[in-house]
Amino acid sequence: MSLSLNAVCKNYGRHRALYRITAEFPAGRISVVLGPNGAGKSTLMGILSTLVAPTTGTATWQGQPLAPGTPLRAQIGYVGHEPGLYPDLGARANLILFASLYGLHLAPTALAARLKAVGLAEDLEGRLELPVRAFSRGMQQRLALARALLHDPSLLLFDEPSAALDPTGAVWLAEHLRQAREAGRTVIVITHDLGLAASLADRILLLRRGRVAIDRTLETPLPEAALRTLYEETLSVPA
Amino acid sequence: MSPPEPSPVRVPGFATQVFQIAAKDLRIEWKSHEILLTMGYLAVVIVLAFAFAFVTVGGERLSPSVTSGILWVSVFFSGTVALSRTFDRERDGEAIRALLLTPIARSAIYLGKLIGVVVLMGIVEVVVVPLTAMFFSAELGQHLLWTALILGLGNLGYAAVGVVFSAALLRSKSRDVLLSALLFPLVLPVLIAGARATSILLDPKSPDLASAVFWTQFLGISGGIFVLLGLWAFEPVLSGD
Amino acid sequence: MSERFGAAVDTAVWQFRICRYHSSTMATEHAPARSSGLGLPWLAAVAVCILGFAYLPQMVVGAPIERTMGPVQKIFYYHVPCAWLLMMSTFVCAGGSIAFLFKGSQRGDRVARTSAELAVLFGICTLVTGPLWGRVAWGAYWVWDARLTSSLLLWLIMVAYVMARRFGGSASRKLAASLAIFAAADVPLVYLSVHIWKTIHPKTTVVPTLGRDMMGVFFTSLGLFTLLWVVLFVLRGHLEKARDDLDTLALDVEDHLEAWEKSAR
Repeated sequence: MSLSLNAVCKNYGRHRALYRITAEFPAGRISVVLGPNGAGKSTLMGILSTLVAPTTGTATWQGQPLAPGTPLRAQIGYVGHEPGLYPDLGARANLILFASLYGLHLAPTALAARLKAVGLAEDLEGRLELPVRAFSRGMQQRLALARALLHDPSLLLFDEPSAALDPTGAVWLAEHLRQAREAGRTVIVITHDLGLAASLADRILLLRRGRVAIDRTLETPLPEAALRTLYEETLSVPA
Repeated sequence: MSPPEPSPVRVPGFATQVFQIAAKDLRIEWKSHEILLTMGYLAVVIVLAFAFAFVTVGGERLSPSVTSGILWVSVFFSGTVALSRTFDRERDGEAIRALLLTPIARSAIYLGKLIGVVVLMGIVEVVVVPLTAMFFSAELGQHLLWTALILGLGNLGYAAVGVVFSAALLRSKSRDVLLSALLFPLVLPVLIAGARATSILLDPKSPDLASAVFWTQFLGISGGIFVLLGLWAFEPVLSGD
Repeated sequence: MSERFGAAVDTAVWQFRICRYHSSTMATEHAPARSSGLGLPWLAAVAVCILGFAYLPQMVVGAPIERTMGPVQKIFYYHVPCAWLLMMSTFVCAGGSIAFLFKGSQRGDRVARTSAELAVLFGICTLVTGPLWGRVAWGAYWVWDARLTSSLLLWLIMVAYVMARRFGGSASRKLAASLAIFAAADVPLVYLSVHIWKTIHPKTTVVPTLGRDMMGVFFTSLGLFTLLWVVLFVLRGHLEKARDDLDTLALDVEDHLEAWEKSAR
């Protein structure tokens, strides 16, 4: 029940976005992928979310390859920095639509439970029909999480989830990431946010120019200051 | 802490998938009317531009082939609005990413989008056809069902090609320019057959119905070929990189 | 400006790294250099092409003058081969595109791109020679005949293909490939639809009725043009292949250097 990358390379012409990435993302753990801009984080997210095919190497989920178009994508929940919802449709309509695309019928009570689970029940009172566009970014992000959890995915991917969140939102997000870990899901978070990483990570993967610079399993949480020192020291060594 | 059993993948039936995609597009349009208004406006302006360019002061009637040509050109040009806006809506908020991760088939996305665009074009035609008939004193109302059938098949062939290119250009900067540049030469057979068929129907004497049948069949067959090729090419095109 | 500066710095860094690599004693295992030039047969083909095209006008002048159309008929020796190559390039392009789109074949992609460019080239030749002949034979440069229309359309689509490759953004290769596939289905449809109106273009059945001398010149010309197509195709394909190889090589060199630098540290 884990996700593993085996010597994954991705080239775009002469540009090498990822180079021989070998890593293991265990279930029931939060793995945080860090790295400066251009380190290959987005390409890695593309491969993990089955939307990009690696040039060489394989990504496997429970022993099966994660190739574009695989039915395994139904076990993935994805939250990006954009909400991944139709901004012109209402909150309810969006969730019902995505539920139906996963073959689920979302009854009003189930919908209410889902919203409550992501802490949206009161905020959305009487505003369920408003287009998603009308909500604050924080609320959009909560809806995005509700959407990602609709089909009870065993693999949860987060791509810069805290980018649009205020401090309260960040606390909310951390809490939900922990819940996902307690539920035994495989959680992978790609982020710039060292504070979020320090407070949550069970595993740290630091990417640099498409390579793994640090791959470390943390037995005890790392303080943010220590993480920052580690991050900056690793990046300051010339390649 | 034991990992949860992976939830069984429940994939909705293919027809449901197609329906959900098309219904979603039409629902968004129903809320904003944006595509219909801009598209309808553009179509009317094109018809008007031709009216000013061609109609003489004496008010002689234009030949049927000119009138039908004007109608089809305005349908084609306004169609690009539907094609590009319907994919803009997928890109807004990165909804396309969430959509591509659902277990539904890529071909269902293609067919759903296709149906959405065909319906929007049809609604605009409901306005543009009577308007063209009025401006150019053309007898478009005489063979209403025929006209509807010909326009419907024409929309299908046009959108079948257009949806593929619009999806492929989803993240391209010069999308709107490239879309028409790539699309128009490819859908020329649809334009030829559609304009021919309509002009036959407009013939004030007795229309040559046998020819109209031929052109309608031609539209149907080329539409069918384009849909098949579109289904075939859509998946690799959408997978990007 | 800053881009060029960046490139200069990049080059300097590379030169430095490669120098260090060469000066080390570890640079013993090296991939054998591959010959990247064209072989002798292709050079011979280029020579045949040059000589042939130098001599072709002589042959055309020497061919008998056609009775009804007069000397203008001689344009036919250039026009027909170009038109044939335009048609052929399109189908080669579609074939390559299918291989690329569904099998991910890089070779198919190169084949498609090369033949699309050749289609544009021979299309220009067709579309220039055709109207010149038409002006004399039909009294008009252009008529809306099935063959003329479908050739023009074919050429336009191939121009669109080349444009899509250059300006289509990240998905341009797949976009262009799907364009080529639609084009292959499109041409018969356009031909048929215009044909239903009226066709006044000379039929292909003209060819067997030509006199023996004319046939000789015609087939020589057809052969020469096809050889030219093949030579250009191979040269252009070779260039594209070299580009792809260079990309792979650059990546290999980078890996090699990196491994070496790591071990030297």
